[in-house]
Amino acid sequence: MNANQRKWVFRILPYAILAFIGICFVLPLLWVLVASVDSNAMQSLKMPSRLTGGNYVDVLTNPDNQRAFLIGLLMSGGQAIIVVVLGLLASYPLSRYQLRFKKPFMLTILFMTSLPITAVMVPVYQLFLTLKLYNNIFGVILFFVASAMPYGIWMLKNFMDSVPSELEEAAWIDGASVFVGIRKVVAPLMIPGICTVAIFTFSGSWGNFFVPYILLQSPENFPASLKIYQFFGQYGMADYGKLAAFSVMYAIPSIVLYVLSQRFMSKGFGMQGGTKG
Amino acid sequence: MSSIAAAAPAKRRKTWTWLYFLLPSVAIMLVFFIYPILLTVFYSFTNLALTGEAAKELNFVGLDNYARMFEDPTVRSSIWNTLVFLIGSAVIGQQVLGFLIALLMKHKNRWFRRIIGTIVLAGWVTPEIVCALCLYSFFGDEGTLNAILQSFGFSTVTWLYTIPMVTVILANIWHGTAFSMLVFQAALDDVPSEIEEAAVVDGASKWQILTRVTIPYIKDTIMTNMMLVTLQTLGVFGLIYAMTGGGPGTSTTTLPIFMYNQAFVNYQLGYGTAISLLLLLIGIILSLFYIRSMKE
Repeated sequence: MNANQRKWVFRILPYAILAFIGICFVLPLLWVLVASVDSNAMQSLKMPSRLTGGNYVDVLTNPDNQRAFLIGLLMSGGQAIIVVVLGLLASYPLSRYQLRFKKPFMLTILFMTSLPITAVMVPVYQLFLTLKLYNNIFGVILFFVASAMPYGIWMLKNFMDSVPSELEEAAWIDGASVFVGIRKVVAPLMIPGICTVAIFTFSGSWGNFFVPYILLQSPENFPASLKIYQFFGQYGMADYGKLAAFSVMYAIPSIVLYVLSQRFMSKGFGMQGGTKG
Repeated sequence: MSSIAAAAPAKRRKTWTWLYFLLPSVAIMLVFFIYPILLTVFYSFTNLALTGEAAKELNFVGLDNYARMFEDPTVRSSIWNTLVFLIGSAVIGQQVLGFLIALLMKHKNRWFRRIIGTIVLAGWVTPEIVCALCLYSFFGDEGTLNAILQSFGFSTVTWLYTIPMVTVILANIWHGTAFSMLVFQAALDDVPSEIEEAAVVDGASKWQILTRVTIPYIKDTIMTNMMLVTLQTLGVFGLIYAMTGGGPGTSTTTLPIFMYNQAFVNYQLGYGTAISLLLLLIGIILSLFYIRSMKE
């Protein structure tokens, strides 16, 4: 191999490796997409026998599935709203006041964001039995809120730090209370941060399988994540088309929200100019 | 003028107002997060069970659960499986593959980068149950992988039975690599091109630049990422549970699956909790290292 050939190989090689990785990653994904529009889907990736939207229609018109989607939305939406509201409240003193325990508190919060939730589920289950919250959708929301709270506080506190405090002091002079200051001045300037936290909390619980699996019992309370699992138990993986259609429907909110979050992240901290001039 | 300026900070000095702000979130975390952690410690010394005699009366059994854990061969195999899963899918798989993708993508064609990046990200954004389904069907007896093998004239393999651990490791790599890729892309962009150029001038080979300049420069990022990825992987349940159910036998039973089986299939909550405490301890140790690395 002469020098020229070697140079050529080194130029092509990275592309070849990346293309190979790309193919490996795309095949399982392609299957779920193609199977969802195939009238006779099988376990392996193949050309659809006939293109159909029937799988989606079947999944969407089934009242049980609609219910599961609604419950999922209620759980994740409810959780996201509560986390943002409580998180904003909690981050206010952490960001604005001189508190002696601030540093240890924030470190504890950071520590809690990284603990695996899986490890506490057995005692949480026992706690839910005691509190009569077992098999209760709102109980699951409460636990989701608690588990996302450290992340919410950590992020919102940092976002709030970047909002100049002169702005709300100006509002106070105009007669606003502390709450009005947060609601009308601080929160609107943190919209990108609030959306980021809301989106990440929402997708976190939307995709979570273990928590509702432990804390809910009756199928009528199941969110979409559990329904899909029940789906592949029930039909013995036979009806691949519908299963794939359900999976795609279920994955769409996570994907859309991720794309949205990228928008907000890039806008990020663009509010520092508020006190200039 | 000065009186107005003084009035503003005074609003902040109102004593105890900060307590009302913090109270709701702290209360909810105390009840549903911190208290269960303390309960984990407490229950692990009891015979708490869902059925039978122990369900009626809660007794302290001292270190029985722990003694049982050390004698239970399934615990040993679960710890081993967890280690294999962690090292295979997180430490090596996601990290190395994520780094490799980030490195190879540097200075490549924009469209090519965008396509590969999107494909890898798709696996990350997809909920774990859907990932489990996609990979289950990929490795299934009549799945895509076997279909490809057949089309090249090879005989099929029952992947999920023959090498179940490899399939769940690959599934977790598929699901998680994008995170490491993003972290390393950002880190590699931060490496000043001057120091790499200086190494080129000094006559260093590409491999030398990578191992002696680039990697040492992003060492901290690698450590932090390693801790985060390991912590995320430690708690993986749904992906394995939906793909193999921990089987065949106990070949893919990691600690979370074993904990689940003991607590909710065999109804031995006390014993299940002792196992989750083990999981929690590993998590706490890793988290402390993680926070230390963040503080520096």
